[in-house]
Amino acid sequence: MAVAFPTTIDDAVAALVAEPTALVLAGGTDALVAINAGLTEVSSVVALRNVTELRTWRHDRDQVVLGAGLTYTDLLGDELGELVPALAQAARTVGSPQIRNAGTIGGNLATASPAGDTLPVLAALDATIDLVGPDGHRSLLLSDFVLGPKRTALDPGELIVAARVPLVGGHQQYRKVGVRNAMVIALASVALVIDPARRTVACALGSVGPVPLRTPGAERWAADHIDWITSTLPGGLADARRFGALVADDARPIDDHRGTAAYRRHAVAVIAERCLRTALKPISS
Amino acid sequence: MTGYALTVNGREHRVEEAWLGESLLHVLRERLDLPGAKSGCEQGECGSCSVMMDDVLVCSCLVLAAGATGARITTLEGLQPADRGAFSDVQQAFVDEGAVQCGFCTPGLVMAVHDLLARCPQPTGLEIREAISGNLCRCTGYGRIFAAVEVTVAARTGGRRR
Repeated sequence: MAVAFPTTIDDAVAALVAEPTALVLAGGTDALVAINAGLTEVSSVVALRNVTELRTWRHDRDQVVLGAGLTYTDLLGDELGELVPALAQAARTVGSPQIRNAGTIGGNLATASPAGDTLPVLAALDATIDLVGPDGHRSLLLSDFVLGPKRTALDPGELIVAARVPLVGGHQQYRKVGVRNAMVIALASVALVIDPARRTVACALGSVGPVPLRTPGAERWAADHIDWITSTLPGGLADARRFGALVADDARPIDDHRGTAAYRRHAVAVIAERCLRTALKPISS
Repeated sequence: MTGYALTVNGREHRVEEAWLGESLLHVLRERLDLPGAKSGCEQGECGSCSVMMDDVLVCSCLVLAAGATGARITTLEGLQPADRGAFSDVQQAFVDEGAVQCGFCTPGLVMAVHDLLARCPQPTGLEIREAISGNLCRCTGYGRIFAAVEVTVAARTGGRRR
């Protein structure tokens, strides 16, 4: 059979083990672009459409487990949007309704594009990626899963099953810059997660490095400068700008056909500043 | 590969001796004689190939045809009334409001508008814009398309045109 339609995760892994070169087909929004352009050989396919378990999510008090087959449209639904707002915001910036209806979070992870919109959010949340393969289960931190541009730690025969993210009580946000408001690949993007309970700030960048980049220096600086009692930034606008500049210091952008490294570094500073200003109470100065 | 079946507009079609990598768009147009979905960019950027798959709007150029067996697919042809030449209300509004110029994007836009109004019978201006944000039209400037959506909404809800 050239196309396998497993209905369970175990059957999907078995199909992949039987056909190690098979194309794993989730939403198809990346795979078909490559196939249509003649860039991908297709000799056999493992279609995940009927593996209903991958399309589910659940949560407890500490974390949300997101099935790899959830579409962007699923992620920006009301309930998930409330639990993981930055992920919903990121999902809503992906492509168009047509793309969001088909593309999946598992596909975003497997493609591992530096511009993948969910990746900075998953990085800022310290997400864990659950994999199942012929040798059983394993879990990797996002930073150990995405190894480079379009390169992951996925072994042959292994399937992405879920992304697990902690539930965080504070403000979270995703912003990106591109040439229009829809149907655009990020030139630069920022995910910001503020955790008032632990008094930490997490910030991750997309499209300005080979992988989603965390910004430890800027994060510590912001945590030290936020007034956690009042949820304000006593230093005002100057502090927000300083945060943007520190974030840009951690960017590793390159020139490519979409934009220059200099523009990307500038953009990431501006959107990081705006994220912080939106996250905290209005700043007077 | 051996053949497979696709359910399009309520009818089962056999597809024989196709290349495994063919998109649903290609199969609809070249094998099933359903040219309503248009082939613009073949990378999901233009929306001209929009169809419904299991009641969800997708770009048929990004659907692997051989992976779509068992899904209910509806194309523009399936939205039209059975008598030949008759239009759906959205199509008629596009014609009446001058939302059709070269016409290449029209089938995809009509699919997107049908989908929007099925989910959201009285959309706001922003909801209309987001719903058709994946459908490129290079002729109309979109103003006539928004008007066609509003006319359809007014007609369906029994209201008068604003």
